Amino acid sequence: MEVSETRFNDPKLRGLAYQAALILVLGGLIAFGVYNAYGNMIARGIPLGFSFWNEVAGFQINLHLIPYSAMSTYGRAFWVGLLNTLLVGAVSIPLATAIGFAIGAARLSPNWLLSRFALAYTNVLRNTPLLLQLLFWYNAVLRTLPGPRESLTLHNIVFLNNRGVFLPLPVPRQPAISFALSLLLAVALVAVFRLWAKRRQERTGALSPVFGFAAAAMIGLPALAALATGAPFSFEMPKLSGFNLKGGVQVIPEMAALVFGLVTFTGAFIAEIVRAGILSVPRGQFEAAGALGLHRGLAMRLVILPQAIRLIIPPLTSQYLNLIKNSSLAVFVGYPDLVQIFAGTVLNQTHAAVQVMAITMAVYLAISLLVAAALNAYNASQALRER
Amino acid sequence: MAQSIAYVRESSEPEDLPPDLYQGAVAWLKTNLFSSMASSLTTLVFVGLMIWVVPPLVAWATTNAVWAAPDGEACRQHQDGACWAFIGAKFDYLRFGSYPSAERWRVNVTEAIGGAVILWLLWPNARRRGIAALLFFFAYPILAFLLVHGSERLGLPIVDTLLWGGMFVTLLTALVAIVFSLPLGMLLALGRRSQLPVVRLAAVIFIEFVRGVPFITVLFMANTMLPLFLPEQWTPDRLLRPLVGIVLFSAAYMAEEVRGGLQAIRRGQYEGAMALGLHYPLMMALVILPQALAVVLPGIVNNFVGLFMDTTLVSIVGMTDFLEAMNNAFKDPVWSGPSVTTTGYVFAGMVYFAFCYSMARYSAFVERSLAKGRSA
Repeated sequence: MEVSETRFNDPKLRGLAYQAALILVLGGLIAFGVYNAYGNMIARGIPLGFSFWNEVAGFQINLHLIPYSAMSTYGRAFWVGLLNTLLVGAVSIPLATAIGFAIGAARLSPNWLLSRFALAYTNVLRNTPLLLQLLFWYNAVLRTLPGPRESLTLHNIVFLNNRGVFLPLPVPRQPAISFALSLLLAVALVAVFRLWAKRRQERTGALSPVFGFAAAAMIGLPALAALATGAPFSFEMPKLSGFNLKGGVQVIPEMAALVFGLVTFTGAFIAEIVRAGILSVPRGQFEAAGALGLHRGLAMRLVILPQAIRLIIPPLTSQYLNLIKNSSLAVFVGYPDLVQIFAGTVLNQTHAAVQVMAITMAVYLAISLLVAAALNAYNASQALRER
Repeated sequence: MAQSIAYVRESSEPEDLPPDLYQGAVAWLKTNLFSSMASSLTTLVFVGLMIWVVPPLVAWATTNAVWAAPDGEACRQHQDGACWAFIGAKFDYLRFGSYPSAERWRVNVTEAIGGAVILWLLWPNARRRGIAALLFFFAYPILAFLLVHGSERLGLPIVDTLLWGGMFVTLLTALVAIVFSLPLGMLLALGRRSQLPVVRLAAVIFIEFVRGVPFITVLFMANTMLPLFLPEQWTPDRLLRPLVGIVLFSAAYMAEEVRGGLQAIRRGQYEGAMALGLHYPLMMALVILPQALAVVLPGIVNNFVGLFMDTTLVSIVGMTDFLEAMNNAFKDPVWSGPSVTTTGYVFAGMVYFAFCYSMARYSAFVERSLAKGRSA
């Protein structure tokens, strides 16, 4: 067969041609979209700029970490929503991590019942939709709880009813100086003890109870200070007054359902990651640790986990991101997060769909990119250093 | 060799059984439930918890449950039991939504054909899977659309998408998503590994953007912004808009799955294909992608499980999927009641679990057989 040599057989030229074509097509699509959007927005009287940002919102939000009222602006509502999203993330991520590590460890337990329970937990939660779980917790569990007068309670400290969860609120008292000082002293003592213990171990090989000492100092010293000068905090207890509980911290039912649902769901995924991470450490490492005389707990802490954590961290971070993104399901249970307030109410009131959606997506994208950058930096520092 | 020696046994003595402590039920209990102090304590706590929790749950689901009732009255009186009668009464609605009764056979036929094709496609070592793939990705979607939506020429009355609902919409959404997002995801994955910088950049921007935002915002965007970006006279169908959103969303995740497969293919495969004189499209279609897809099939199925569960979010843009149909059914004043809500969610959970868990098991099975093939 004759091979014809044309300019188009030059891979460089051909590549340039393909790329130019792609730019033309994508550019054309974008121009087409912008042109239509401009025409449609003018025709429907949709605002084109961001002037809505400073207009009065005129709606209430039942959970706000910064001052907010119906007279506040849409811009203020955006910050309220963003903070509420971050609040759910900040509360849920540590809890989900704790549940995940506990269930993951339980899956590897030598106790058959415990490992079967962990297996059932991960299978059920991972194979049913998160939305269904949230609706279940909110509609079928929290909303059917008794009213404030018949609250379920734990020794009158924690209350649970259909208005949410009520917790005691710590209120700092005036003479907190001694408390702060004792805490500082404890930290200093622990640091010195650690240094001494390390020197001693290097010299003689003997281990010192660093953890026990730290725990005793951190709890004991402030406790002594409290005994001497009076408690640094008083707890404001929720109390029944009229038809509702007053005082303490009220966790609204929407938030309780959202946090509980996110934590149990994400915990199941984290458990699988932890299990896979621990199992990926070769058996020989367990056996070598045992041969060195380390018992199960120490072998785990000193030999296995430091190796497993390298494999656990990357998927764990992506679970954290998933949790933040999944918190947008708040819309379905009425928790006022960024999507519910901003991409919901604000969008419907201002009709500024393009601007509002762009801002909302940019926020999530920024969070994702920031976390990804942090993860990359961590990975670089943790990577195996080989010769 | 042939001569036998009188004092040498020709058959061995029957083996002695190991001591009781090393086999049988007692030994099993000892190693698995009472291996140590802590383990024994855990076992006792668990058994106690089970005695406390399991019998009431079983009673709730069986003996205390209302199995048949004309309306919700019996369920409102038996709050401590499930209301299975509600599921029975609403079954057709949960299955088809408001799809006209006389035409529901069309949905059944479509789903049966779809099930058969999927079985063929995923059956281990089935023959001519290529044909099954062609059927599934090209012929079946057209057939399904004609059957379900209707066509005057075929004598099937058109059923408006407003009436579609229930499990049928959940399955349809998942089907559309996988049929369109997998090819799109393959293109994106190839784009991301392309040597042309512009192609690579475009693919990376799309994939990372979509993976960085919540699904719900993609749905909102498809619903409110798609009509804005298109000429007014094109206004896409109410059902079509969220489907576009789902396809774009899941394509980004499929792309990352497929990219993993492409990275697992050795260089020699590319070089071998090029040495045979194949150009880029043929090399990908005949040599690289078939191997890459085989490797990532478990990942794709797992991804699809996530996608299947994500379809529940489409109710936010007005589609009546299975879960939304369930929520609608709760609002029927004839039935409404607390035990109805709980029963409904438990039933929905069992249905989703049945679908997702079987797919997850399949994916694990394929993964195991792939691993076996590799080590052999």
